[in-house]
Amino acid sequence: MATTTKRAAIPDRTLRTDRWWLPQLGTAVGLLLFIGYSTWRAFEGAHYYAAPYVSPFYSPCLAASCVPMRGGADWALVGDWWRLSPALLVLVFPLGFRLTCYYYRKAYYRSFWASPPGCAVAEPHARYTGETRFPLVLQNLHRYFFYLAVPVAAVLSYDAALGFRDGAGHWGHAGLGTLVLLANVVLIWAYTLSCHSCRHVLGGRLRHFSKHPVRYRGWLLVGRLNARHMQLAWASLLSVGLADLYVYLVASGAFADPKFF
Amino acid sequence: MKGDRVDEYDVVVVGAGGAGLRAAIEARERGQRVAVICKSLFGKAHTVMAEGGIAASMGNVNSGDNWQVHFRDTMRGGKFLNHWRMAELHAKEAPERVWELESWGALFDRTADGRISQRNFGGHQYPRLAHVGDRTGLELIRTLQQRVVALQQEDFRRTGDYESGLKIFQEYTVTRILKEGERVAGIFGYVRESGQFFSIAAPAVVLATGGIGKSFKVTSNSWEYTGDGHALALLAGARLLNMEFVQFHPTGMVWPPSVKGILVTESVRGDGGVLRNSEGRRFMFDYVPEVFRGQYAETEAEADGWYTDPEANRRPPELLPRDEVARAINAEVKAGRGTAHGGVHLDVSTRLPAEQIVRRLPSMYHQFKELADVDITREPMEVGPTCHYVMGGIEVDPDTAACPLVPGLFAAGEVAGGMHGSNRLGGNSLSDLLVFGRRAGQYAAEYAAGLTARPVVDQAQETAAAAEALAPFAGTGEHPYALHQELQQTMNDLVGIIRRAGEMKQALDRLAVLRSRADTLAVAGHRQFNPGWHLALDLRNMLLVSECVARAALLRRESRGGHTREDWPAMDRDWRRTNLVCALDGPAVSVQRQAGEPVRADLLALFDRTELAKYFTPEELAGDDGAA
Amino acid sequence: MTERRELRIWRGEGGEGAFASYLVEAEDGEVVLDLVHRLQATQAPDLAVRWNCKAGKCGSCSAEVNGRPRLLCMTRLSALPPDQPVVLTPLRAFPSVRDLVTDVGFNYAKAREVPAFVPPPGLAPGEYRMQQEDVARSQEFRKCIECFLCQDTCHAVRDHEENLAAFAGPRFLMRVAELDLHPLDAAAETGLDRARSAQEVHGLGYCNITKCCTEVCPEHIRITDNALIPLKERAADRKYDPLVWLGAKIGLRSGKTTP
Repeated sequence: MATTTKRAAIPDRTLRTDRWWLPQLGTAVGLLLFIGYSTWRAFEGAHYYAAPYVSPFYSPCLAASCVPMRGGADWALVGDWWRLSPALLVLVFPLGFRLTCYYYRKAYYRSFWASPPGCAVAEPHARYTGETRFPLVLQNLHRYFFYLAVPVAAVLSYDAALGFRDGAGHWGHAGLGTLVLLANVVLIWAYTLSCHSCRHVLGGRLRHFSKHPVRYRGWLLVGRLNARHMQLAWASLLSVGLADLYVYLVASGAFADPKFF
Repeated sequence: MKGDRVDEYDVVVVGAGGAGLRAAIEARERGQRVAVICKSLFGKAHTVMAEGGIAASMGNVNSGDNWQVHFRDTMRGGKFLNHWRMAELHAKEAPERVWELESWGALFDRTADGRISQRNFGGHQYPRLAHVGDRTGLELIRTLQQRVVALQQEDFRRTGDYESGLKIFQEYTVTRILKEGERVAGIFGYVRESGQFFSIAAPAVVLATGGIGKSFKVTSNSWEYTGDGHALALLAGARLLNMEFVQFHPTGMVWPPSVKGILVTESVRGDGGVLRNSEGRRFMFDYVPEVFRGQYAETEAEADGWYTDPEANRRPPELLPRDEVARAINAEVKAGRGTAHGGVHLDVSTRLPAEQIVRRLPSMYHQFKELADVDITREPMEVGPTCHYVMGGIEVDPDTAACPLVPGLFAAGEVAGGMHGSNRLGGNSLSDLLVFGRRAGQYAAEYAAGLTARPVVDQAQETAAAAEALAPFAGTGEHPYALHQELQQTMNDLVGIIRRAGEMKQALDRLAVLRSRADTLAVAGHRQFNPGWHLALDLRNMLLVSECVARAALLRRESRGGHTREDWPAMDRDWRRTNLVCALDGPAVSVQRQAGEPVRADLLALFDRTELAKYFTPEELAGDDGAA
Repeated sequence: MTERRELRIWRGEGGEGAFASYLVEAEDGEVVLDLVHRLQATQAPDLAVRWNCKAGKCGSCSAEVNGRPRLLCMTRLSALPPDQPVVLTPLRAFPSVRDLVTDVGFNYAKAREVPAFVPPPGLAPGEYRMQQEDVARSQEFRKCIECFLCQDTCHAVRDHEENLAAFAGPRFLMRVAELDLHPLDAAAETGLDRARSAQEVHGLGYCNITKCCTEVCPEHIRITDNALIPLKERAADRKYDPLVWLGAKIGLRSGKTTP
């Protein structure tokens, strides 16, 4: 039915009058702040343990150079040839998980790569192949990072449990740091389990929910969490940064952890 | 001047709604080459607006249901004016038509045992409407559209051309049916996008163009509903049956003004919604008519009990047939018990939990939220009657959908008459489309295949049709929008829900004036995608059909179903066996009486004698006794 | 209450055109399409616009309002800035026909490329049994009114016409998902792997899940979260899961969707 193949010649990149760039700007600022902070902390290699608290950036601590942590996840699985900060050994997993996460992909494609800069706002690139070729085709590996993110979250849960001791290792105590680690681990789990790959593995690949009632219930639950995936992504990013900062402040002596009991 | 292009097909279907697509699918499956002429884009037909469901006595929810019960409900709803044979075929074939949709990919809501769920609706004795939330029409049109695509994919595998067996002509408008002698020879029309003319030579033409609602001011109908098929049939020498019966749906939106008339589905009432006047009274209990007394609840407690225990309780009067509810609302508003915006309250917010309302009535929830800023889970809706459906239509043979006077012309769906009598039950429209769409496709295909010599398109007719279509560009009079608004106001005010002889005579005078003014309509601009020109062409159709409605309404001196006369308020048994047929005699519209065919004895035997006595004259029933 | 609103409408044909400004009366509670109709009836009788139902159910009146893809009949004036003109353009990703009307034939061509529902062999019409929870996922996608706003807004083709051939667009990837999730679709028995074809034939990889399709959907279908991402995950099952690949090699797992 085409009598024409030309689109309406309208020069404006967009005719949107709202502040469509604001969310992208906010995303970029937030992510950059976190990247800056976490890079500094990851390479610092110090002030990450203040008994009984360990920074989530450094747990599990896999290098021989790790500070001894009483009962903690300081497993020197990697030999003493590793000279860099032990955080780097473990951070690659959550980093990979978040880098390939469906929400974060949207966030950085939009705010860093302007692909697109906003809905119905022309993007500046001459070519676009999406996630069809290397390296972005590797985004399909998200589910493996999900599998790896689960044990990391388990270790952080263990760390949070260890927070119910005092500095000498006696159980039945708690301080502000305990709450900080606890809140962080709850958000980490919520983010991890609300992931689209988790939703798929749990029930998304099923064809007949009616034949798998338990997995269906799980899928529904994860689906409800999944609707908040973006909020959980930000909340857990903030909480993991704050938890590390808290441990840093206590470990560096800038702040004394208030004990409740 | 002849058409700019000529194609040849075996069957041409005019209209791409439910009936048209079902006809096209049938004709193509029977090996005919089929063209579908679609006034809008493919998949946008008015069928998408149907909300409640498809009536079919599958008995999935109440196993007591069967075709006989459905037949009875349909005849009662139509006040026994229905063509009984159509009602019979419809009730018998509807379940198969629904099931076949499933095999084409439709996904209806389910019962607990995995079958198609069915819901209650006005006038239906049992839960009978197969549905998908409140967007059943969309499911129907999309399924048929996807079935068309599936057939095109088959053709592609066979011939390398998707459109070799079934082609959709999008945004094409038919302005004339071409004939050779008495027989159909093809169609003539114009292409919206380019403004060029086109002709298609075809021995069989199926009209499936829907209704006439755009002749009325307050209507639930979309822009396409301008009575095109009705007018094309009249101009081709066919006749229209019982055009006085126009259904006003009781619940259209009344506010804000820009959405006045948009439909509020009957499912709201089927699922528990109740009607209240401004004094808070559930007034429908006051409006149960004599013929339905005994079948409906008399107290609120009994009515409320019906939703959970339909065996022990009678149904609420909110679920009376549409004509009764529409008249009741009209009367309440007239008596000063209406809402601020001239409607009544339809409340579901106090009847169902919010979560259930959103799940069962999703489009209603969104419609009110987004168009009226009303949250129907928290406050009542304001509703009032809106022009919804025309029961009258092209006179057809009940079995074959063929027009008796014009060989090669077929009609199905809303544009065809007879099936619904004086009032259509909700849900019977979608099943009508499927049952008679399929039949029209079948018999059109058989007709085309059975011809030994094909009719030839007459160039003189094409030239005349082209001249007629181009006339508005040379017109010196007014532009079409104002004329259209006057027509809508006239029909709404003078031939609307309550009718009086004086007003209808006045309407006919006005229509005569409008028709002469329409002869000199002028449109601006050029032929490509010109809405003004298009409206000018539609106006010819609307004016013709409106005159049929008004003349028939003036002639029928009784009140029945979708025809209410203030001066003749009672139903008259003598009028039951009288059909009014509208024909074109030169330029003049005429309406004549014609006796209806007596109901077959075995069908009559499905009813109780005392009930029949309300509708049939003693002589008719005596004759029946003699036969039995 | 009547006020006057300025409408700035792109008018033209075959791609060439310019904005024209009109002052139009507006009543309380009106939508943009009401203004367009009043404009047609009073000042611009040949202004081309598509519309049918005017109730948000048919998806005909798609255009761009103040730069955002929207249905004209569902855009209330009260939701737009009162002190600025209402700017209307045709859908910018499709060829221009006239004024606000575009050629949306691309979508109908893509629709034909998605293989239809395959009825299960051995089940006659009327014998289908499906549970509500099994049909609910596909039912969400069948709410689609085919307004093609998602197709218009997706930057993969909006900003890159060269991708038109390779990319089916959100609407038709969602159609693939709908069929792949249909509890009785028998495509697999005919050798058609819908999830794999989404990636290999319909260009699922072009989607970078930036969610503009979901943002503009007037039916509030969660296209990205419920159709595109699950489809990407299913494609990953087939193509990027070495465990599945290995399992298929040694005959342990079929790689097909779990029944």
